[in-house]
Amino acid sequence: MPWRQNEDDHMSILLDENSRVIVQGITGRDGSFHTERMLEYGTTVVGGVTPGKGGQAVCGVPVFNTVAEAKDKAGANTAVIYVPAQFAKDAILEDIKAGIPLIICITEGLPVLDVVEVKKALKNTSLRLIGPNCPGVISPGKSKVGIMPGHIHKPGSIGVVSRSGTLTYEVVYNLTLSGMGQSTCVGLGGDPVIGTRFIDILDMFMRDDETTGIVIVGEIGGEDEQIAAEYIKKEATKPVVGFIAGRSAPAGKRMGHAGAIISSGDTTAEAKRTILTACGVTVVDFPDEIPSVLREKIK
Amino acid sequence: MKIHEYQATEIFKAAGLPVVSGGVASELGMALQIADKAGYPVVLKSQVLVGGRGKAGGIKVVHNKEELEKAFGALKQLKIKGYAVEKILVVRAIQIKKEFYIGVTVDSAKDDVVLIASSAGGVDIEETARINPEAIKKFYLQGGRDVDLERLTVFVRGVFEDPSLQQQAKDIFQKLIKVFFEKDCSLAEINPLVETRDGQIVAADAKINFDDNALFRHPDIESMKDSAYEDADEQEARQYGLSFVKLDGHVGCIVNGAGLAMATMDIIKLLGGEPANFLDVGGSSNPQKVLNALKIILRNKKVKAILINIFGGITRCDDIAKGILEAKKQLDMPVPLVVRLTGTNEKEAKEILAQSHIQTYATMREAVQRVVALAAK
Repeated sequence: MPWRQNEDDHMSILLDENSRVIVQGITGRDGSFHTERMLEYGTTVVGGVTPGKGGQAVCGVPVFNTVAEAKDKAGANTAVIYVPAQFAKDAILEDIKAGIPLIICITEGLPVLDVVEVKKALKNTSLRLIGPNCPGVISPGKSKVGIMPGHIHKPGSIGVVSRSGTLTYEVVYNLTLSGMGQSTCVGLGGDPVIGTRFIDILDMFMRDDETTGIVIVGEIGGEDEQIAAEYIKKEATKPVVGFIAGRSAPAGKRMGHAGAIISSGDTTAEAKRTILTACGVTVVDFPDEIPSVLREKIK
Repeated sequence: MKIHEYQATEIFKAAGLPVVSGGVASELGMALQIADKAGYPVVLKSQVLVGGRGKAGGIKVVHNKEELEKAFGALKQLKIKGYAVEKILVVRAIQIKKEFYIGVTVDSAKDDVVLIASSAGGVDIEETARINPEAIKKFYLQGGRDVDLERLTVFVRGVFEDPSLQQQAKDIFQKLIKVFFEKDCSLAEINPLVETRDGQIVAADAKINFDDNALFRHPDIESMKDSAYEDADEQEARQYGLSFVKLDGHVGCIVNGAGLAMATMDIIKLLGGEPANFLDVGGSSNPQKVLNALKIILRNKKVKAILINIFGGITRCDDIAKGILEAKKQLDMPVPLVVRLTGTNEKEAKEILAQSHIQTYATMREAVQRVVALAAK
């Protein structure tokens, strides 16, 4: 897997010092703002892509017309997408065509059928999509690809995986305050169809030698937490602490009969807490309880 | 986004799906004309966007003009789960031999579009799915809108045993799938799909939900929205770029990000309070958004205290602070405000607020404890 680090450096997953990032939509408002923040953090941003604006420079990095060109000329191995929702599908498909190993889509509001189409194009490739509608990925001290505030993170050995954005920051902030650094923090995105799910990232963390404990941050809706719970029960070699948002949320609106027929289970926060607990995860009530519980479990 | 049965029926009809003849009426004269054209007996179906209308008496079969007049008047007086019946669908009554179910939706766990069909259609379809899951058949589209016809033929045989119906059914399945993709639906459902006594298959109901994220591709669909089903405050909030849901409690909340907003509500509850709303200001940091959010929350007289909980990422804390000051200037603020700001430009924000003697809290727990205590006073 090209996005995994060398054998002698296991301090993170997905991103490290060798990540060479291109920014799709670099000339836009969000794209240029976050390119600057990523550069400040020390991320190796090797270029941007905006069709028709090749040859320009933004924040001191060259702009290319196509992803393929950016890959050839700048050696990009990671792409981050800030283009508006209506162009995001084509941006991801362009990455897939160019063979970019890691694609991180920050853009929110993609039509679900666009993501279904993208997932089909990803099948039988070794490429990985994170998102859409996510804060991105950070391996503290090495590389930050996304929109999270870099300064709340600290290098260390806790892996964080979450479906949320700002709630992930809250969790990371508490870890850092208590002196627990992070190996990698991954925001999966809040949409129903996403590129990468809890189990994919949990598996990477379990194999990552320097990750000693894992935090999983879930929320109401869908069944990914339940699937993750089953995985943890069977495969976990490291302690996992969980937080699930949405216990006080009113019951969701019904989606015809079809939704009830295909969803086999209960997608409430309480149901998720129950199954995670039954599978060996310590589920906390408050995000600020995570560091102490995790420290106790790692002992 | 949901639309009414009569609107979904029009979309199905335009796509070539067999629907029952009839039309929609908002007044008696129109209903009588439609019934004359369709031929008695006809069914009057209340058009509401909530479930359980049959049980609420919202569907009536009438055999002549007199019965129609009486039933139409009664339905127009009816309130179903609090919603008035504005429009009534008038359709010819059909002779039902057997009821089937078909629906197309996204199975997010499989990242795929799925067509679900059953020869045991009707109101008990979900019960059937639980007790007798073998009676529910699923056809996955495998990512694309191009249907593998051979595979579909085999699938149809598994649902419709009568060979004389299979060609009709296959055509219906294909057309429903086409509608689903073309209109960016999140659900396209026919329940029941009826086999009539004369061997025809017709859609005796029509239900479509659309993917809100895809509405930019379908301005014609967006204009079909029935605003009677959206809370006025929620509608206004959406115009301001806020995501807002009104609840029953007394602690107003303004948070950035849906996950953190939900967690904030959870913690308010765990610490003895009740949230008055869910409000996500979203990712951008326009001071005006804070002002608008406070305006909407303050309209709720149940609110006894308000918590602003911001973890700055894209959102910059100083912009939020400016919004708070502006709101203090412009709005009459009869309830206390508790502010917690962390993250991007936190220091600048605290300086701005300190000048106006607004205290901030460093952690979410402290801030929630404080706001719950204030709301209980």
